[in-house]
Amino acid sequence: MRHRQSGFGLGCTIFGILAILPLIPGPLQGPFAKHVLVMVLLFASMSQAWNLLGGYCGQVSFGHSVFFGIGAYGAGMAVVKYGLTPWPGALLGAIIASIVSLVISYPCFRLKGHYFAIATFAIVEIFNRLFMVWYWVGGALGLDYPIIEEGWRNFMWYETKTPYYYGAFALFVLVFSTARWIERHRIGYYMRAVRDGQEAAESLGVNSPQVKLTAMAISAFLAALCGAFFVQYNLRVDPPMVMSLDMSMRFVLITILGGLGTLWGPLLGAAVLIPLQEYTRAIWGGLGGGVDLIIFGLLIIVIVIRQPRGLMGFVSWVVGHRARARGRG
Amino acid sequence: MKFGSLLANHDISFDVEEGSITGLIGPNGAGKTTLFNCISGAYKPTAGKVLFAGSDITGWPPYRVARLGAVRTFQVVRPLNDMSVFDNVLVGAFLRERDLTSALDVAECSLRLCHLEDYRDKLAGNLTIGLKKRLELARALATQPKLLMLDEVMAGLSGAELKEAMELLKEIKAQGVTLLVVEHVMEALMPIADKVVVLDGGVKIAEGPPREIVESERVIAAYLGEKFSRRLKELKELKT
Repeated sequence: MRHRQSGFGLGCTIFGILAILPLIPGPLQGPFAKHVLVMVLLFASMSQAWNLLGGYCGQVSFGHSVFFGIGAYGAGMAVVKYGLTPWPGALLGAIIASIVSLVISYPCFRLKGHYFAIATFAIVEIFNRLFMVWYWVGGALGLDYPIIEEGWRNFMWYETKTPYYYGAFALFVLVFSTARWIERHRIGYYMRAVRDGQEAAESLGVNSPQVKLTAMAISAFLAALCGAFFVQYNLRVDPPMVMSLDMSMRFVLITILGGLGTLWGPLLGAAVLIPLQEYTRAIWGGLGGGVDLIIFGLLIIVIVIRQPRGLMGFVSWVVGHRARARGRG
Repeated sequence: MKFGSLLANHDISFDVEEGSITGLIGPNGAGKTTLFNCISGAYKPTAGKVLFAGSDITGWPPYRVARLGAVRTFQVVRPLNDMSVFDNVLVGAFLRERDLTSALDVAECSLRLCHLEDYRDKLAGNLTIGLKKRLELARALATQPKLLMLDEVMAGLSGAELKEAMELLKEIKAQGVTLLVVEHVMEALMPIADKVVVLDGGVKIAEGPPREIVESERVIAAYLGEKFSRRLKELKELKT
């Protein structure tokens, strides 16, 4: 089918370009540039995880930093408390995040629209406080990584950022491929149907509570994997780093900026916001802590007014415009 | 079915024969849509039973009723606004076809049956109301239902479109689908219906073949009116 396959070539091209990006000599070779690239891929993946629930299924959650945090603590606990590699911790953390997300959302999905979003706000606060006072997971001090052997087994490096880049790239490929698969699969159509009209969807045989819970579980699982990467990259974790409304907002805003419910929206959003955030921070230091958010806030206002479909909306407008021009010529 | 002290449907009982077209008519507020909601699971009836294909489906959630094969359209159309026309129909097709390829075929088929091919890539929210009604039908059809419940899909159609719609319903029936049709357009419904049920004020006031219904004094008084009944009697194809 013609329009079912469209975008496949684009996906391969984007993956290809990202795969060779660190090999290109020039300004991208510095450690700071690499750090920015890692963050772009990480935040694109996180936002895509959120997008599966918030964009495709229409359930706006401000609680995703909780799942992100659980993933981070999963890997952190495995390394710091048990002296293992982070891998089993990351996997277990992702599974626990899925279970927690289901337990939380089962009652919350009875709330419609904004009430669901508000309930998820409260959950971030609850988990933040809980982890702050929970001695077993390090409390407010958090977990500090010991100095151990670097490499893929322990997923940590001290001197170079290139392996981290490829780690983030692998995560990115996993999350975006999952999203692309879901988009073309029955569950993806059902998710969009639930978003656009729950009653209409149910009249067509869609079990909407089940669809929402499925979307939630997948979304939380992937967000937790991103959290595990985050802790391996920072080599420490404490509650405010991961489980905060600030972090939750980033999931949401990057996706809205890029384009809700679109496959490449989260990447576009992250590619705009993250460099902005990292460079303003680097230039103004502590003083500039809020500058990125001010610019970002302005961008969001412009986007919401001019193009509710986000940057992807602009892109498809431009592509459509050129196609029309070619059609005439 | 009661809403507070309002009795919207009272003691209504009738059968819909497999493979037939049953019309459901009555003045505004007679309780036709309420009855639909009770059958399709949108409302849980306060009393009584709904039996379908050998199962008691009273109070089942809508998606289970649909999975059993009884699918409805909405009088106030509910397109999935941000999805394309084709994807709307595809959501319906996924009920019976699990994999994408066969679902695409089924969706394509019902899209063509409802003459919507020209609009396939349009967003459903941007269609005109007439096309949205057709989309409701195409989407329900794509679920390959045993019983198709249509809530005023022919309202607002022009003469030629009406003829087309009547042919379409007959074709759907010929494929073995049972139809329960709420309609105000008598010229369209009466010639194709095998049986008509008439509601007024929440109760059933008549049931029978169209020929009988257009002659029933009670139905003429409650709904059709003398002049209109005379016009309908002149239609030749009414079943007796």
